[in-house]
Amino acid sequence: MAIIVNRKKLNFWEKLYLPAIVGGFKVTLRHAYNTLFRGKTVTMEYPEQKWTVPENYRGAPYLVKDQDGDTKCVSCQLCEFVCPPKAIRITPPGDSGLKPDRTNAEKMPLEFEINMLRCIYCGFCQEVCPEEAIFLQKDWSHIGTNRAQMIYNKEKLLSLGGVSPGIQKWKHKLDEAKAQENFPVKL
Amino acid sequence: MDWNFIIFSVVKIAVVISVLLTLVAYSVLAERKIAAWIQDRPGPNRVAPPFVKYIPVLGPFLTRIGFFQPMADALKSVLKEDFTPAGVKKIYFWLAPAIAVIPALLTVAVIPFGSVMGGQKMVIADLNVGILYTFGIVSLGVYGIVLAGYSANSKYPFLGGIRSSAQMISYEIAMGMSVIPVLLIAGNLNLSGIITWQTTHGWLICYAPISFVIFLVSAFAETNRTPFDFAEAEQELAGGYNVEYSSMKFALFPLGEYSAMLASAGMMVTLFFGGWTLPFWGLDQPAQSLGMGVAHILVFLVKMLLFMLLFIWVRWMFPRFRYDQLMDLGWRRFLPLALANILITAVVLWIRS
Repeated sequence: MAIIVNRKKLNFWEKLYLPAIVGGFKVTLRHAYNTLFRGKTVTMEYPEQKWTVPENYRGAPYLVKDQDGDTKCVSCQLCEFVCPPKAIRITPPGDSGLKPDRTNAEKMPLEFEINMLRCIYCGFCQEVCPEEAIFLQKDWSHIGTNRAQMIYNKEKLLSLGGVSPGIQKWKHKLDEAKAQENFPVKL
Repeated sequence: MDWNFIIFSVVKIAVVISVLLTLVAYSVLAERKIAAWIQDRPGPNRVAPPFVKYIPVLGPFLTRIGFFQPMADALKSVLKEDFTPAGVKKIYFWLAPAIAVIPALLTVAVIPFGSVMGGQKMVIADLNVGILYTFGIVSLGVYGIVLAGYSANSKYPFLGGIRSSAQMISYEIAMGMSVIPVLLIAGNLNLSGIITWQTTHGWLICYAPISFVIFLVSAFAETNRTPFDFAEAEQELAGGYNVEYSSMKFALFPLGEYSAMLASAGMMVTLFFGGWTLPFWGLDQPAQSLGMGVAHILVFLVKMLLFMLLFIWVRWMFPRFRYDQLMDLGWRRFLPLALANILITAVVLWIRS
């Protein structure tokens, strides 16, 4: 069924386009004035000004340290396994490798690399991590002049990640183990 | 052979062309800046050669207003790859940008941009048939666009070229007709003569306002500016006639367009707004001193740039007309109006004499 659109009959002035011309000048002049003299731009001048992202924003994943400044990651490689774009690559310490920072933790990664060109910020690594050692943080701008620079290593990830205080699981295990030694409490 | 004449003409041509091309470059910047302001944006504000940041206040200000942007644009046009697509008609493809630019530059020859300086008239060619020459040359400009559209062997440029040719015949006649009352009133075809007439009788805009309106609207169509930029029609034709062009060949089209805008702004100033004259401060007589000569040139430039501002401003104000609406406006409104205008002017002049 055809729809008949009711066209308004233009009166003499409207046919001359004059009201439209005056209206156009008014609108454009107002916008130009607001932009020039009152600084009302809709744009953001990017490198100087940046978005403040919301609290639940999922930015780049970084490794975090605990409140004692120790690496939380225990090199279990669950995140490497779960990572959909295979952006994470962990080198475990091996048989006689690096001792972990934390006492009683079994190991920590020799190297932990995230390829930021591959990362899709899905958050699976954060989800899967049993140690709460990796978190999606608020960074969304990664700059590098070549591909190699976009692969962030352990040192860089730790320094960017900062400290995330929490329950120090392995420290408590140690305390419990020590308490075990004098278990039958002698009175 | 008058060597004096040749040397002065060459100097004048060199100066006028270089000033015109500079103005073209900065018109493009003005276009971008004004567009940005109207659309609530800051516009180009980054480009600057490295030493500029060491200049205190002025450096950041110039960067902010995009003063160096035209240089970057020009450099980019020169350095980009000049790609000739397969299947284009090579001769016409190479010829079209030149044909788009040359008429626009030639038109400037007859426009008096100042009174006298150092005993020289400030016009390159003081032709007795200045207006006829202008109309003759300006109509050639469309061949650049039509040829570009035809030679590209691609559908969008082709449509752009067709539209352009239709647009030109619709407007050329109304434009030519609109000037006839001016010639009747001033009784002269020489542009310098028309300016001299205006110094004694007042600006011709007061005598022939309808002519001015028709001429202004036709000038928008003539220079392919919004609301009549069918040939380019970014949104419909993806750029129209210049789709297949790249590098400097592409840059020549905007160059021609802006030169044509400057030329038609100069024509409007000369025909309707007294050219280089101002009715006060004794600026309406040919200059006796060097200072006054410079002042006349500045008056002309200011008037011309105000028209450029209008051209640019209007582009960001109105949506594009439809193809048939333009034809309708040209043939059915402006042509009868221009004819009636001629008739009325002639009758009034006949009664008065």
